[in-house]
Amino acid sequence: MPARRIPFLLAWVDALSDRKPYLELKRISKRYGGVAALTEVDFSVYPGEIQAVLGENGAGKSTLIKIASGVTDPSDGEVLIEGRPVRFRNPTEAMRAGVVCVFQELSLLPELTVADNLSIVDPPKWGGMIDAGAQRARARALLKRVGCEDVHPLELVRDLPLSRRQMVEIAKALGRDPRILILDEATSALTADDVERVYAIIRELKASGVGILYVSHRMREIEALADTATVFRNGRRIETFNKGERSVDAIIEMMIGREVTHQYPDKPAPKPDAPVALKAANLTWGREIQDVSFELKRGEIVGLGGLDGQGQRELLLGLFGVLKGMSGSVAVDGKPIALNGPRKAMHAPLPMALIPEDRKTEGLMLPMSVRDNMTLAALPRLLGRFGIDADKESAAVNDMVERLRVKTPDLDAPVSALSGGNQQKVVLAKWLMTAPGIILLNDPTRGIDVGTKQEIYRLMRELANQGAAILFYSTDYAELIGCCDRVLVVYDGRIRRELAGAALTERNLLQSALNIDAMEKAA
Amino acid sequence: MSAGAVSNGRYWIAHNAGVLTAAVLFAVMFTLYVSNHSAGLTPAVATTAANKAVLLALVAMAQTLPVLTRGLDLSVGMVFVMTNCIASAIVVGTVGEGLVGIVAVLAIGALAGFVNGAIVVWGRLQPIITTLATGAVYYGIALFIRPSPGGDVQSDIADLLTGQVFGVVPAALVVLAAVVLVVWIPYRRSVLGRAAYAVGSNEQAAYMSGVPVQRAKLLAYTLAGLLASVGGLMLTFNTYSGEASAPIAGSYTLNSIAAVVIGGTSLFGGWGSAIGSIFGAFVLRTIEDLLFVFDLPPLWQPLFQGVVLLAAVSLGAFRILRVRNRLELLT
Repeated sequence: MPARRIPFLLAWVDALSDRKPYLELKRISKRYGGVAALTEVDFSVYPGEIQAVLGENGAGKSTLIKIASGVTDPSDGEVLIEGRPVRFRNPTEAMRAGVVCVFQELSLLPELTVADNLSIVDPPKWGGMIDAGAQRARARALLKRVGCEDVHPLELVRDLPLSRRQMVEIAKALGRDPRILILDEATSALTADDVERVYAIIRELKASGVGILYVSHRMREIEALADTATVFRNGRRIETFNKGERSVDAIIEMMIGREVTHQYPDKPAPKPDAPVALKAANLTWGREIQDVSFELKRGEIVGLGGLDGQGQRELLLGLFGVLKGMSGSVAVDGKPIALNGPRKAMHAPLPMALIPEDRKTEGLMLPMSVRDNMTLAALPRLLGRFGIDADKESAAVNDMVERLRVKTPDLDAPVSALSGGNQQKVVLAKWLMTAPGIILLNDPTRGIDVGTKQEIYRLMRELANQGAAILFYSTDYAELIGCCDRVLVVYDGRIRRELAGAALTERNLLQSALNIDAMEKAA
Repeated sequence: MSAGAVSNGRYWIAHNAGVLTAAVLFAVMFTLYVSNHSAGLTPAVATTAANKAVLLALVAMAQTLPVLTRGLDLSVGMVFVMTNCIASAIVVGTVGEGLVGIVAVLAIGALAGFVNGAIVVWGRLQPIITTLATGAVYYGIALFIRPSPGGDVQSDIADLLTGQVFGVVPAALVVLAAVVLVVWIPYRRSVLGRAAYAVGSNEQAAYMSGVPVQRAKLLAYTLAGLLASVGGLMLTFNTYSGEASAPIAGSYTLNSIAAVVIGGTSLFGGWGSAIGSIFGAFVLRTIEDLLFVFDLPPLWQPLFQGVVLLAAVSLGAFRILRVRNRLELLT
């Protein structure tokens, strides 16, 4: 058969089965700098189907959504709507084409009312001006549809609790008459009743021919809802299959399998009788942290695992005293401490240090010099008779630059001139200067090069061997397995499982991260 | 329906708490002023007070718009002075010629604002530094037109707009009300006006929601220029001349920011109203008058203005009590 007849044939098959995808991605690739987030992905969503998107952290799910909803451009490949190629320059164009996304980071405007938010793009008008009455009525109707009659249209979004905001966000998406609705972890902040309500809405939409793309980390939800599922791994689409065609085990198998690219320093033998550096008991903060208790011994690297956004960040911030109103108790070196701001944490019996998640906003003063950044937290140690002792300062900075091998043209160069890896070393140096006994690391290797990652692994082990206790949150499972003596797996604000020794495998990590053990027990 | 109306009313009060506070503060101060004034509340006393207060009120309204988008316009005072100087040169002759001149002055003011907006939006420069620079340019233009105080203005129009309507109501207040009706209320209820609040509230979320971010900023700065030029015109009608005065330009800029804050608008953007700024301006002006009737040295004026400003800012600080994550205090 001549090759040119094949498209015709395909069209005929499509017509026969009456299934044409509404949204189609063809050979889509996306690179950020040198890093490939998506590689030659083919992907389609049909009207009236609910498709789940599965994958580990960093598998390419969010990039896929961003491309489909017009937030970013693909580096390569084509987006088609009903078979016609399109190029979304911004989210508005995607919405006009019927692709509407409920973002995980809420897109609501806190200082505006619920009614304003629900009609933010195309408000009802009267004589060229926004018709406030009609807008309120529209808001009431949309809120009713998502079962939020308790929310007044004139309430400000900032006054709503997170779960209500999430429902308003869903109502906002419904108000745009989506043909494809993308839900990115849309139920993560919802109460059980609301989740049921969202399921009902999703099924209703499906019945009316809307295609739904459902990103969730909850296997139970996916089993309950999805018609088809697509698994991503390392930026590639691995497989798309129908409901019931693959077992949970097989799905996990598909999600695992990242190449191991790093060398990790040797782990010492476990020291069960090492003194406890930090003991946390029954920590609770809103929905994000629930009844968390654990111990951290000196000389130990303990990992925080689990899927992104299960409360790990909040836990680190809470230990460092940034969160207000966290209940429970924390004892450092056997003495209870008050969680009352970073300064208190830095002066605990064993000084604490937090390497923050985003070095650019929370870690560094970008325009300031390498020297000033490094000594910022440790200035009291560098005082001489007349203020800051320049000799002491230079000696300390030089020592750190050498120890961490920071590549900088000059100590007085602005830190913004350094590469990402070297910037992160400056953040580490800043905290090492305070001689911390407890080090909290919030995903310190994200977005830095392989060489620097390995130096950081080595440094962590070195610090632990010198007696520091390290709590290490990472979204990279291979890294947790390679570096940690134990890993606490967090799901939904609780520690679900502790993995150590031979049990510390990627398979176990992923299984507990998805909370599958608990599901099996429940079933 | 009446239950709904009641709860709508409750939200209306909550949303306008800043404006209402400023209005009440002004009412109290103005009552105090009038009851201690030797003449009491005569049309002449009211007109004098209004003519002074409306100038700052217009400039403060202008300032409100960029502030709502989380920006700032340091050139409002300079546009005010520049349009004063231009008006003293072109709003002359017959009434018809004067009206043409008024339209031209308003267009120039809007153009000055548009230039600010264009630099902020397309040049991606910070509003504060952009308007500091363009403000100096506008002041330079004012000096070029009026190297020394002078000029003239069409006196029929001037007398009409600075006198009294029906011999009772100060005409300046009518002008102010007209500006509110023709500019502010339509703006507040337009899509781009809404977009300005959205941008100030959270620019990223606004963009993600498909809000026209750039056009909203452009319009905010353009209208700021327009409103400042209405102020410049009123200044000309009051003084019958133009003067390129640096102290006037500077003090109006700074007082406009103070008025915006007293009127309940957040300098972090996304929250507030130009109506509040009008009352904020009235409060600041009445302080001056109060010092006069109580025979206090005028040197105390900055001190009192500062105290009122501090009190207004402190009212806004109550939200801190509700924050759960200490990092949120620092953004």
